[in-house]
Amino acid sequence: MIVELSNYLDGELDSSLRSDLELHLKNCPDCRMVVNTTKKTIEIFCNCAPAPLPEDVRTRLHRALEEHLKRQTH
Amino acid sequence: MAIQSTKASRTAGDDEAILVAQAKAGKVAAFEELVNRYERNIFRLAQHITQNHEDAEDVLQDAFLKAYTHLGDFQGDSRFYTWLVRIAVNESLMQLRKRKPGRTLSLDEYVETQDDLMPREVVDWGDTPEQVYARTELQTILAAAIDSLEPAFRSVFLLRDVEHFSTEETAQMLELSVPAVKSRLLRARLKLRHRLDKVFKRG
Repeated sequence: MIVELSNYLDGELDSSLRSDLELHLKNCPDCRMVVNTTKKTIEIFCNCAPAPLPEDVRTRLHRALEEHLKRQTH
Repeated sequence: MAIQSTKASRTAGDDEAILVAQAKAGKVAAFEELVNRYERNIFRLAQHITQNHEDAEDVLQDAFLKAYTHLGDFQGDSRFYTWLVRIAVNESLMQLRKRKPGRTLSLDEYVETQDDLMPREVVDWGDTPEQVYARTELQTILAAAIDSLEPAFRSVFLLRDVEHFSTEETAQMLELSVPAVKSRLLRARLKLRHRLDKVFKRG
């Protein structure tokens, strides 16, 4: 079951394997909890927006781009 | 249970295409808008892959400079962001190879049994972690969790579950087979689940 966990969560399991897995999950609380907490893991990471750039990093990035643009127009 | 793309993300894609067309026509402000839009994601990706702040900053700059220089080569076969991430991933992996030359990543050769993958102890997580932890605290916990993964698993997880690229796009970017991407993703997800288990479990 565990080998197909990712495919199941991504909706990439064919219907007969999916039915077998869902039947198993109905009767196995441990497996159900693994599926739920793995799904939760993915959701937490999906929903976590990236932190803003540190100000000095941002300044250097935009300065590097400006200099590059200046060089390109000369 | 499949994670679906939303109408909002399709609208964002159209908006991106307009900015790219303007940037290609020489409108610098349009390219700057693309930079503003994606700089955080690119920096996060570079930090996690290179595990080095200076290298990540080099990747950030090099990725956008290369994207600007080669904008004429971008044909619109994929989203601009996909193309940009591909550049950033290549730059990041090059930095990694410079720091750790000769290191080969052959994790797929290690054969795990089902028992290795199955958690030994299964517990409920209680309240939603997002409700319990402040946003910055959660970001720190998650960043540390991603960084605890082996590089080969980390890259796949970042591209699939953090950046939402498809299995096929991830396979192309990392020059892996589709089965290898799926196998690494499964292991990354289980390792992260195990790591977060200790933090989030009830009681």
